[in-house]
Amino acid sequence: MNKSKPKLKPLAKNKYRHESHFRRQLPKSPTGIQGLDEITGGGLPKGRPTLVCGGAGCGKTLLAMEFLVRGATQFHEPGVFMAFEETAKDLTENVASLGFDLKDLIARKRILLDFVHVERSEIEETGEYDLEGLFIRLGQAIDSIGAKRVALDTIESLFAGLPNPLILRAELRRLFRWLKDKGVTAIITGERGEGTLTRQGLEEYVSDCVIVLDHRVSEQTSSRRLRVVKYRGSTHGTNEYPFLIDDDGISVLPVTSLALQHIVSSERVSTGVARLDAMLGGKGYYRGSSVLISGTAGTGKSSFAAHFAEAACRRGERVLYFSFEESPGQIMRNMRSIGIHLQPWVNKGLLQFHSQRPSFAGLEAHLAMKHKVINAFKPQAVILDPLNSFVIGDNEIGVQSMLTRLLDFLKTKQITGLYTNLLSSGTTRDQSDSTISSLIDTWLLLRAIDSGGERNRGLAVLKSRGMAHSNQIREFLLTDHGAELRDVYVGASGVLTGSARLTQEAQDQAVQMLQKQEIERRQIELKRAHQALEAHIAALHAEFEVKKTESLRITGQEQAQGAQLALGRLEMGLSREKDVTAKNPKRRAV
Amino acid sequence: MKANRARPAQPKVTTAPRKAASSHYILKLYVAGQSPKSVNAIVNIKKLCEANLQGRYVLEVIDLYQQPQLAQGAQIIAIPTLIRELPSPLRRVIGDLSSTERVLLGLDIRSEV
Repeated sequence: MNKSKPKLKPLAKNKYRHESHFRRQLPKSPTGIQGLDEITGGGLPKGRPTLVCGGAGCGKTLLAMEFLVRGATQFHEPGVFMAFEETAKDLTENVASLGFDLKDLIARKRILLDFVHVERSEIEETGEYDLEGLFIRLGQAIDSIGAKRVALDTIESLFAGLPNPLILRAELRRLFRWLKDKGVTAIITGERGEGTLTRQGLEEYVSDCVIVLDHRVSEQTSSRRLRVVKYRGSTHGTNEYPFLIDDDGISVLPVTSLALQHIVSSERVSTGVARLDAMLGGKGYYRGSSVLISGTAGTGKSSFAAHFAEAACRRGERVLYFSFEESPGQIMRNMRSIGIHLQPWVNKGLLQFHSQRPSFAGLEAHLAMKHKVINAFKPQAVILDPLNSFVIGDNEIGVQSMLTRLLDFLKTKQITGLYTNLLSSGTTRDQSDSTISSLIDTWLLLRAIDSGGERNRGLAVLKSRGMAHSNQIREFLLTDHGAELRDVYVGASGVLTGSARLTQEAQDQAVQMLQKQEIERRQIELKRAHQALEAHIAALHAEFEVKKTESLRITGQEQAQGAQLALGRLEMGLSREKDVTAKNPKRRAV
Repeated sequence: MKANRARPAQPKVTTAPRKAASSHYILKLYVAGQSPKSVNAIVNIKKLCEANLQGRYVLEVIDLYQQPQLAQGAQIIAIPTLIRELPSPLRRVIGDLSSTERVLLGLDIRSEV
């Protein structure tokens, strides 16, 4: 009870806002069932009976039970469940698998279970009778726990147990009126009849709100659907909505966001392959966009998906990988072989795999499960690999509507979706993908290029909304460090790939090497010429120096000789005429 | 309890010898107040018991308006309901008991009188 109180407050607030907004709307009693309140605009009509009908095993009892349990646990409204088919023990056990602890609720007087046993063979009719006993019983039950909600499941079985349907009809009419007077919100379940909603035509009596449940099998897979046939005094969704029964009870998917008003991000996220980013305007995909990678078998679709997953995990984002053909272990092993290690991210909790065969459940159930998983994990990126494994037989329309809704859902949640699509080799690509092509923002096409006796892989951007993207078909290789895009050689016979490209590359390399060698040779030659010139200059310099010193030496010699001569002459003079001319030759010598 | 019209059990011994002990009847009639059907049923069953089971029956009339909590345990839906608790097996008769033949059939009482 403590738990339900805080939940009650915001709800009440919502309700007031709701009511002021639609003043004419009926007061409603929220079911607490995921999605159903959205379709009915707030719940079932408060204080009135609602008819829930459908074939065997379509979930009527569960819907009724969940209405009561949610009422008791979330909305503070105790409820009485009157079962005509299952005993209290059976019921308790059955709904325990859905996480409803009836025993506890019964012990706390939030729910009262009353099993009405009617055994035709024990009953003999001996005159006029009425159902006052049922009224008393129900009234007693309601009063004892102050119930606001009542479920009668399935009251029609009274027709099998009691004689005289005329009396029963009159009494049922009285019962529904009585329920209304009591002011309880009631769910009455009824088995689907032929040509009528219920076998006994209960819809004639319970006419405020009628919900039809359906359990359909097509192509060996089943899907559950819910439709609000009628809702007096209120608008409601009129479509058939798929719903799911799982561990948490019922969840109805009010599928499409019809508005097409999701927020758009201009943030870009890497594809995980650098050169592919470059092809997409240099930055990769838009966040929250939907990306389709289509290609024939073995062209590397999953590898690109894994690249993207790894890149996202590296950024610290959460990625949800739905695979429909391979087990997680297989994917991880295969991706390891091209150098993409996913296991660490799984361990870190950033990457989550969900592998399920498409035939495991109906399309709607798949959709619902994905909704649930996505809501629980809150990923930034979702990978579906491959999409078209859902197409079994001629259910393409169903697949399309499912995918539309899924893609829409992801877009509104700003989750980048990457989907792979297997093309069968015969089909033209545009035709086979036309079902969802309009929803796709970025579409990569992988193809095998057959030439020269080998298959090579090519990649092209078929479209990419809102960004400049390459128009080239690129060859790519799956190497041991991931997908690697190569340049494309266009020769006389078209695009060259594989060996042809390698030959071309080798030729190019040879030419380049020759050119390089030629240049080197020329450079060496020039250098040599320069060196020769330098040497020559140096030699000339040296020669000059030699000459220069020589000439200096000669000059010096001559001067010395001159001086010597003068000296000699002086000495001679001295020796000849000592006194007279001694000064004169000295003067001359200086 | 509103058990009334119950004959003392002793006469049973005197009338029983013809049949086994199973010929002792415990009947419960569930009614809802003074509705015409309820009143009719009470009158009819009394008449019938006196005529067929004199001295070897216990009849209890229960008004569910007074004791609504008894409805669930006794699995009452229709009013009036007459339950034969003994001899077993349990049998139910619904309606105002106006058709004596069917009541006798329903209670498995062979008219020996």
